[in-house]
Amino acid sequence: MTTAEARKDDSQIRQKKMIGDHYDRLARARDTGARCAYTFVPGNLTELLLAFDVLPVLPEINALQSGMRGKSAEYIGLAEKIGHSEDVCTYVKCDIGMLRSGNVGPTGQPLPPPDLLLLSYTGCFTFMKWFELLREEYRCPVAMLHVPYQGDGRITDAMRRYVVDQIRDTVIPALEKSTGRRYDEERLKACLRLSAQAEDDFVRVLESAKHRPSPIDAYFGGVYYIGPIFTAFRGTREAVDYYRMLREEVDERVRQGRGPITPDGEMSGERYRVVVEGPPNWTSFREFWKMFADEGAVVVASTYTKVGGVYDTGFRHDPDRPLETLADYCLGCYTNLNLPGRVAMLTRYVRDYAADGFLINSVKSCNSFSAGQLLILREVETRAGRPGGFIESDLVDPRYFSAANIKNRLESYFQMIDQKRNAARA
Amino acid sequence: MSGTEADRRAGGTDPRGDEGAEGLQALVDRAGAIVFDTALGTARAWKDRTGGMVIGYMPIAVPREVLHAQGVLPVGIVGGGEIEIIRGDAYYQSYICHIPRSTIELGLNGSLDVLDGMLFPSICDVIRNLSGMWTMLFPRAFVRYLDVPQDFDPARGGVFYRDAIESLARDLEARGARALDPATLRRSIALYNENRRLVRELYDLRRARPWTVPTHELYLVLRAGLVLPVEEHTTMLRDYRRLAASDPGRRPMDQARVVLIGSFCEQPPLGLIKTLERSGCYIVDDDLIPVHRDLRRDVPEDGDPIGNLVQAFLRDGAPGPTRYIGDDVKGRDLVERVRASAAEGVIFCAPSFCDPALLDQPMTARAVDAAGIPWTAFKYSENSGQFQAIREQAGTFADSIKLWSPA
Repeated sequence: MTTAEARKDDSQIRQKKMIGDHYDRLARARDTGARCAYTFVPGNLTELLLAFDVLPVLPEINALQSGMRGKSAEYIGLAEKIGHSEDVCTYVKCDIGMLRSGNVGPTGQPLPPPDLLLLSYTGCFTFMKWFELLREEYRCPVAMLHVPYQGDGRITDAMRRYVVDQIRDTVIPALEKSTGRRYDEERLKACLRLSAQAEDDFVRVLESAKHRPSPIDAYFGGVYYIGPIFTAFRGTREAVDYYRMLREEVDERVRQGRGPITPDGEMSGERYRVVVEGPPNWTSFREFWKMFADEGAVVVASTYTKVGGVYDTGFRHDPDRPLETLADYCLGCYTNLNLPGRVAMLTRYVRDYAADGFLINSVKSCNSFSAGQLLILREVETRAGRPGGFIESDLVDPRYFSAANIKNRLESYFQMIDQKRNAARA
Repeated sequence: MSGTEADRRAGGTDPRGDEGAEGLQALVDRAGAIVFDTALGTARAWKDRTGGMVIGYMPIAVPREVLHAQGVLPVGIVGGGEIEIIRGDAYYQSYICHIPRSTIELGLNGSLDVLDGMLFPSICDVIRNLSGMWTMLFPRAFVRYLDVPQDFDPARGGVFYRDAIESLARDLEARGARALDPATLRRSIALYNENRRLVRELYDLRRARPWTVPTHELYLVLRAGLVLPVEEHTTMLRDYRRLAASDPGRRPMDQARVVLIGSFCEQPPLGLIKTLERSGCYIVDDDLIPVHRDLRRDVPEDGDPIGNLVQAFLRDGAPGPTRYIGDDVKGRDLVERVRASAAEGVIFCAPSFCDPALLDQPMTARAVDAAGIPWTAFKYSENSGQFQAIREQAGTFADSIKLWSPA
């Protein structure tokens, strides 16, 4: 189903360089005097950090990178040796283990210790505990941003006000203190304006998967080169240029009727269109992706690419309401949606992207995603009228990735889709 | 240890024949009957009698006073304990704790039909997501995720929490509850203050004379308070204290004094608590059923009652794994509790797959270590049935304290 040539698009090459440059800046931070804040992907305040010239470090990204580099088993083992339970999130343990092993980042250069832990407590309870743990390791200030959960499926004025008040009264003063700079709202607005431009192109890229064949893989490709850049670079001219380039490439693919890039090259002969819920496994990322690509399965939409922000329902950062728009962004991230909201999103994706079905990759580490997924499976099957599949793995603990089991389940699932198609034709 | 001695250590001797002790046993038995009635017969009887609404809640940080003032019976739901799970397991993967699956089981098998709704306070992602599952599984029920602030500044978290309380009250009223009025809420606050005061006094008594208040009894009496109307539970607490304190058959044993930590949401089976006591431990402090002790002081009974509840939560909320510590030092509170209760060790006793407890544990264990306090740790599930390994571990821990502690 894939061509032998594994050629990268120009956008992929560019994003790799941007990320490499970012880690270089981090590695040189002590020499250059640059300040850095550790923060999380969901509910990140990248534009605000940028307005203070603070470099973000995202511990989940470090953990997943460790998983992809084959380092996570060692790091997790180290954390468990010093008392962290085998039951809890492996991102946390991987991060703690990495820290205890010299805090060497994905480019092989050591990461600077944080000047500030910006705890964006959005959509994941574990984040709070994670930064309580890191605070003990780094002994540095913490700015807490508690983002209320959309329990009733909507953002109320009280929720928005609460978040804005915290940004204004807690986060901004913490950044001012850490950097010795005054808050510059005009600079923040300029960053937000750039974010909104990039977001337009980002959504256009994601929605290109409505075409047949889909020119992108909106899960594996989505996290590999479409989405990651969105967190550390949002609000920059580089991000605007990158997403413009990516969009043009994808538009060209659509015009030429070409499929997505996969680890083994361009995929042709799209056989199955699926929606995926849940994070991927990172320790066997390439193998996992290949299991789909070998079957001619392309992921046309995914929820995991929305943990860093939900834009395809119309949200854009609004420079005219700088703090309110940051609050709305945080409140709207995928894992901050209640379960009925998640079901509605998945059902819409299955319909809008003309998917043959949907798959849930349930990861042991992440209760924010996993708790309730079996009910989501039933509900979306009922509402969308398409079959669902369920596989289990973990984020970065290789002990929980059973390639044979997952492959078997995927093959059975795709066979089921074939049978349904045949039955429909008969 | 002989069986008879073991039973006596656990307060499990048959006390019939002594008039005072018989009353005590009857009270504990009544509490146990309430606790183990998963069909919530007590709440059903209350509903039949009053016609009022019954609202369930996961028992952490819920403003029960507000419900009470609106004529609603708040009922704490702590899972199904040892009930057989038939359908609940189909909703959860093996790596998720037990309490949500047994709670779903109770909902699906009709045990919770008496409830007009459920409140899910902010405990963890599992309970948070359970709120959404409840909405989908029981679409006619009133369901509310009660997000409590983690910013404890009155101008931010306080304003937010006040809105959450007022919104809850409005929505309950729309469902048929009484309107919330300040005078009634003040009376409800006074009733819960009295109840919490009695709970604190029982904890004080247990700290002073743990053989008088064995934890396996106290646990049942406290859990009964999740279902009983507060007025009746206050009477039960008072009676229990009087009867336990005057029981001449309760004499001190040479047991190790321990603090039990980690069991604040999914509750341990009663057998586990008895096992710890039988293995030679006096539990002199714990975090079982925390809703009874989530406020460290009385809520002021005059002035603005909602404001008082908000302030009490912000200022006097008890530290725990579900509450952000801000500028405080993790584990400091636990070390202080160990000191205050003259405990000789800590037992970390958390449910399997409990994120808040297990993520907290490395930090609190470090603090306990730094203070030179011995500790041990194990996990359980609410339906654990085999305690031999725990008995051996806890017994060894108690023996090591007795043999090697400087005191």
